[in-house]
Amino acid sequence: MGQTVPLQVSVNGEEHESEVEARLLLVHYLRDELKLTGTHVGCDTSNCGACTCLVDGESVKSCTVLAVQCAGAQITTIEGMTGDDGTLHPLQEGFWAHHGLQCGYCTPGMIMAAADLLARHTADTPVSEAEVRKGLEGNLCRCTGYQNIVKAVQAAAEAQRGVAA
Amino acid sequence: MSITEIPAGSLAVGQSLRRKEDPRLITGRATYVDDVVLPGMLYAAVVRSTEAHAYVVSIDGSSALGRPGIKGFYTGEDMSDLLAPLPMAWAPPGVEIKTPERWPLARGHVAHVGDAVAMVIGDDRYAVVDAAQQVHVEYEPLPVVVDVEEALKDEILVHESLGTNKAHEWSMGGGGDIEQALAASEVVIERRIVNHRTAGAAIECRGAIADYRAGQLTVWSSTQVPHLLRLFYAVQMGISEDKVRVIAPEVGGGFGGKLQVCAEETLVAWASRKLGVPVKWIETRSENMAVSHHGRDQVDYVRMGATRDGTITAFHANIIQDLGAYFGLLTPMIPELGAFVMTGCYKIPVVQTDITGVLTNKFFTDAIRGAGRPEMTHMLEVMMDQLAEELGIDRVELRRRNFIAPDDFPYETPYGITYDSGKYEAALDRALEIVDMDAFRAEQASLRERGVLRGIGFSTYTEICGLAPSRAVGPSGFGLGIGLYESAIVRVHPTGSVTVYTGASPHGQGHETGFAQIVADRFGVDPAVVEVVHGDTATGPMGLGTYGSRSLSIGGVAAAHAAEAIAAKCREIVAHNLEADPGDIEVRDGTFSLRGDPDQGMTLAEVAGCAYIDATKMPEGMELGLEQTLIYDPSNFVFPFGTHVCVVDVDAETGKVSVVRWVAVDDCGPAVNPMLIDGQVHGGVTHGIGQALYEQVVYDERGQLITGTFMDYALPTAEEIPNFELDRTETKSPSNSLGVKGIGEAGTIAATPAIVNAVIDALRHKGISYIDMPLTPLRVWQAMEEAAGRGDGPRDTEQGVSLPPQGEGSAGSGPTIPEGGES
Repeated sequence: MGQTVPLQVSVNGEEHESEVEARLLLVHYLRDELKLTGTHVGCDTSNCGACTCLVDGESVKSCTVLAVQCAGAQITTIEGMTGDDGTLHPLQEGFWAHHGLQCGYCTPGMIMAAADLLARHTADTPVSEAEVRKGLEGNLCRCTGYQNIVKAVQAAAEAQRGVAA
Repeated sequence: MSITEIPAGSLAVGQSLRRKEDPRLITGRATYVDDVVLPGMLYAAVVRSTEAHAYVVSIDGSSALGRPGIKGFYTGEDMSDLLAPLPMAWAPPGVEIKTPERWPLARGHVAHVGDAVAMVIGDDRYAVVDAAQQVHVEYEPLPVVVDVEEALKDEILVHESLGTNKAHEWSMGGGGDIEQALAASEVVIERRIVNHRTAGAAIECRGAIADYRAGQLTVWSSTQVPHLLRLFYAVQMGISEDKVRVIAPEVGGGFGGKLQVCAEETLVAWASRKLGVPVKWIETRSENMAVSHHGRDQVDYVRMGATRDGTITAFHANIIQDLGAYFGLLTPMIPELGAFVMTGCYKIPVVQTDITGVLTNKFFTDAIRGAGRPEMTHMLEVMMDQLAEELGIDRVELRRRNFIAPDDFPYETPYGITYDSGKYEAALDRALEIVDMDAFRAEQASLRERGVLRGIGFSTYTEICGLAPSRAVGPSGFGLGIGLYESAIVRVHPTGSVTVYTGASPHGQGHETGFAQIVADRFGVDPAVVEVVHGDTATGPMGLGTYGSRSLSIGGVAAAHAAEAIAAKCREIVAHNLEADPGDIEVRDGTFSLRGDPDQGMTLAEVAGCAYIDATKMPEGMELGLEQTLIYDPSNFVFPFGTHVCVVDVDAETGKVSVVRWVAVDDCGPAVNPMLIDGQVHGGVTHGIGQALYEQVVYDERGQLITGTFMDYALPTAEEIPNFELDRTETKSPSNSLGVKGIGEAGTIAATPAIVNAVIDALRHKGISYIDMPLTPLRVWQAMEEAAGRGDGPRDTEQGVSLPPQGEGSAGSGPTIPEGGES
């Protein structure tokens, strides 16, 4: 192991202090150090988005970010989307209800990217299909053909607006 | 939209029930291979050949071994204790195949970029990659051949010991002499059609962990075939099968790419036995693109004969299959599966398929979603459009004139394959109804006036799936010659819940839900109390895994039959307790009750109570317990069918093709879960759109892989894919008791010709009659330039299509420079 650096981050609301290699990728910090294995690695070149998580509220491909770049940040992973009582986030509910996943490998990244997308959609209007397709173009899915993912995200947006899907 | 509960009084089968798999997947709680961590586990990294063809002169691992945390360094020489090379499990019956040996680590000779030459083991994921880069390999480069038709000349040999690159040749013909039939045809058209090399590209790469201790080998692998893997571990490593356990945990997509017995699976097992600790290997995407098997890659010389009035008289395909440098598990089977449905939906009296398997300095090809059937459907459906144009007959009308009619079933093809059922015209009519052709033509004309090139393409397909009956099918005796049955154990627990163990091994398809629906109905219980267990050789019966759209029509039927056997026993137990006749007991509203008197009955839990706890309530002499093991060997394949219609816009300035509409009417028999079927069609068609427009594995003339990452290998994103307009017709298969057919590959099989035919429809008025896939902007633009007579500089011309200038010896299946991707 090369030279280590101290790192302090908050992940899913929990504070962590670690000594990490400077070159350690955020995704490996989350998976190997913190044992949060819901965040996946799919491509190593930031094309597939399976590793997407939120850093200070913005979606980030964690295979292309060093853990030490996130010092002091608030990180949210898929494990942090579910309520303490097990309540599903509207996006999780949407993906389940609309069959927005098959093998499930891209799903955590899709959900995290969609969370960012919905957070950016501040107008009190439905999120359009085109907006979702554009917003998720950085996340690859080989199973679903995307149609039900789009539906899932639109349904989650409506649920968040308090409109019955 | 799914439902969460089966409505009272309804059967579970037929309902779009929410998936039982999903709660763990949407919360990040699933366990894929890389999520498994064992005490003391080491990591493996593989040193791979940078040369496409070379002798290995020396390998020096001393620098690697000296690095901190490195525990082992091994080459092919160290692994001489393996008892067998990696397997090729199937060859065409009676055909001699020249098979190069493929070992997990090269033995002095490498034949493609990425061929494994050494393995480094260490205690840290990053450390082993660092160490692998310190391994010094000296190569003596050899001449390289990457173009399949160049390789056929045998001027450069991929394996000198074989004396030729032509590994095998075989033919199947039926209905008469093909040359006579073509000579007697009023019209014959000939085309050269290239079906280029693609990747499976599951988003989860491969991976394996082996733990050998006290004579027992346990392996977690991202595989579609855990039982086959166990079998070949026994063969290669000399460990008896009872001492080998293979677990396919959550598997992140397969698409055929994990229907393989892989070098790295052997490497980790061998290393674990050597070192006495668990060893993990996780593939990187770059490795995945280089050394997870590719698909397609054939050059087809096709001739179709017909009468002037549009009756097809003969169809011949001469297929040159690019094998790559070695054979995988099923490599030679791929074109045969396609040949089985060479006549598609049509009555074609005389057919012949000639297949030549050719070795090249690329990674090997094997089954990728559809496996042979997309290639064959592509050439057939493209040729239907080409013939229609030649004859001046409407494309849809030409298809109708040649369809096998509903009352022709069961229909025996000239190859002796018996199609089970089909109503091809009904699916076509429904698709046309959704499309509204009159409105389309008006829209096309008005758009063309505004410079928008819109086209429509059709693909009316049938395919062969449900692999596979063990015995030959049809009087001509064609078959796969191996037993691809499926197994199930159904176990009712003392409290009345149910566990189903299946030999199928899903990786996204939804077996846990669909199989639960099937079994639940046989007991009148809620699918919520039926758990489906799969992917572990220590729990389930011998099974053949998931591929070839086989799980439902073979594995699902096995589960149904096992449940029915238990249900019959339940009826006897209930009848005994009610002093009634078993024939009068029916499953209704959750109970086994007396026909006509539903108040008299017993729930499954009550029956299980008799079978496990209170034996005094069992009929005299009846065995206790409620459990059934069953192996189902189908009597025939199943043959789903349908019509896919694609509408595209071609940008006249750039050649960019956009899919603007997709209508699909598929028929896979009665639906178990319509939502899952739609999902399979969405994904299947998207895979086809990827191949037709964006995806291509490209090697340069030196055999270097150009498309080594997702930067260069362009998978379609959400932005390129349209909203699919789907419908289904339901025609039962008489071959199984559920009447079901497969649907996992149908979309991929149907898709590519619909797109190519649509693009040609958009461009035909410009004088363009055909373009090979992938229809990248560059290729389409060049075709338009050529047709307009404005092309400058010399260009190779092929079927009226201009190709980009190519370097000598460039990859035959496409340009040498990757192009066109959108990602």
